[in-house]
Amino acid sequence: MADNLKIDFSHKQAAHCENGVVSNLMRHNGFEISEPMVFGIGSGLLFSYLPFIKVNFAPVFTYRVMPGLIFNRFAKRVGMKIKREKFSNPKTAKERLDRNLKNNNPVGLQVGVYQLTYFPEEYRFHFNAHNMVVYGKENGKYLISDPVMSDVTTLTEKELEKVRFAKGAFAPKGHIYYPTKFPEKLELETAIVKGIKQTCKDMTAPVPIVGVRAIKLVAKNIRKWPKKIGTKKANHYLGQIVRMQEEIGTGGGGFRYIYGAFLQEAAKVLNNPALFELSKEMTLIGDQWRDFAVDASRIYKNRSGQADGYNKIADQLEAIANKEEAFYKKLKKAV
Amino acid sequence: MKKDEVPQDESNLASANIKDMVYAVDENGDYTTELSTGWTPKTIALDNAIQIIEERIADAKKRVLENKTSPIEYYMEVHKMDLQILASYVGFWKWRVKRHFKPFVFKKLNKKKLQKYADVFEITIDQLKNIDG
Repeated sequence: MADNLKIDFSHKQAAHCENGVVSNLMRHNGFEISEPMVFGIGSGLLFSYLPFIKVNFAPVFTYRVMPGLIFNRFAKRVGMKIKREKFSNPKTAKERLDRNLKNNNPVGLQVGVYQLTYFPEEYRFHFNAHNMVVYGKENGKYLISDPVMSDVTTLTEKELEKVRFAKGAFAPKGHIYYPTKFPEKLELETAIVKGIKQTCKDMTAPVPIVGVRAIKLVAKNIRKWPKKIGTKKANHYLGQIVRMQEEIGTGGGGFRYIYGAFLQEAAKVLNNPALFELSKEMTLIGDQWRDFAVDASRIYKNRSGQADGYNKIADQLEAIANKEEAFYKKLKKAV
Repeated sequence: MKKDEVPQDESNLASANIKDMVYAVDENGDYTTELSTGWTPKTIALDNAIQIIEERIADAKKRVLENKTSPIEYYMEVHKMDLQILASYVGFWKWRVKRHFKPFVFKKLNKKKLQKYADVFEITIDQLKNIDG
């Protein structure tokens, strides 16, 4: 392929990478869809607690769905098709990427963060579910639109190959994806309702490690941690809860604020004022998550091991769980 | 969260010229976005996580010098990896990597295997054998 190839692609920063990539790819194809809209229709909001899986020596807490799921659900609900490809051979992966660029097709990529050179060192963990768009190649360097960056950036061929073939959990295996077929008009109304219903269902699922029940389970475990695993580990676990809540760009309320923004936009599209009120309620829930993070950080900052500190934040979490439970019940009825 | 409450705390993001984008509501109650330089509770959590890694590195180094483990474990910690991640990078089973942690097994490793580890850690075989090198 020619060495210089630049697809006309407009980069827009987003709060979260996967929503951002989808939103940017949609705009490139002539559909103006906001990041919160992608997140809401794709039912991105979740809470899940996996005490038996350890990442960075602490259990997994997640505030959103599995990587890739947001785009899959979004595409299905608005009636478009996407193509996904994974590779075992880096050479084939590169050729396929180059061919897409040559065909004027910017593609989404799943990559690992550890080798991502433009990230600050402290943020580079073995986290393999980051997303970006490659939109060209100039002087041997790939042109990168990473939604969490304010501006576009570049990676050398070698650097890109490393992040595409990062190893470990959720190894990207050179994963590329892009939309292939669009409907004449996106059916936003029905898609929004489907997205909301799914989120309500997931968050109130009768499973102890998913949704509201998982939040309650975490609260219950926090009370036990200082005795069971010692202060040091307990504090490390608390730190993990806050860090996962705060994946780049989620503003302390986890993904709750993005969902609040979605509900507000959905209220206009569906002409449903109830959703506007629920958006306000979601904002308050986000604020409560923020307060929780502030208080949790006080505990691990002071390395204090007083049991009442843990009990206090466990109470906070339980209050959040109850609020969210009532919230999803109301939300379900509103659509 | 109101737009003017979006945290503008000091963080490591500045070192890479990154700002977080955050959703917040403006004075009319409408959602909008704002850039954030960082948020202290998150910075502390991150610092703690890094401190734990540093403790693990120091501990591994000590055990290498005491001949209780091989430099492979030390470099694994330096690269923020665990057994699972290292095993998938070098393409060995976990139990084999664990075996290579044993100093007497490590000493007998052939060049090909050592090179695999060295490549993953982006160092030379000499550096792999000698952690102070």
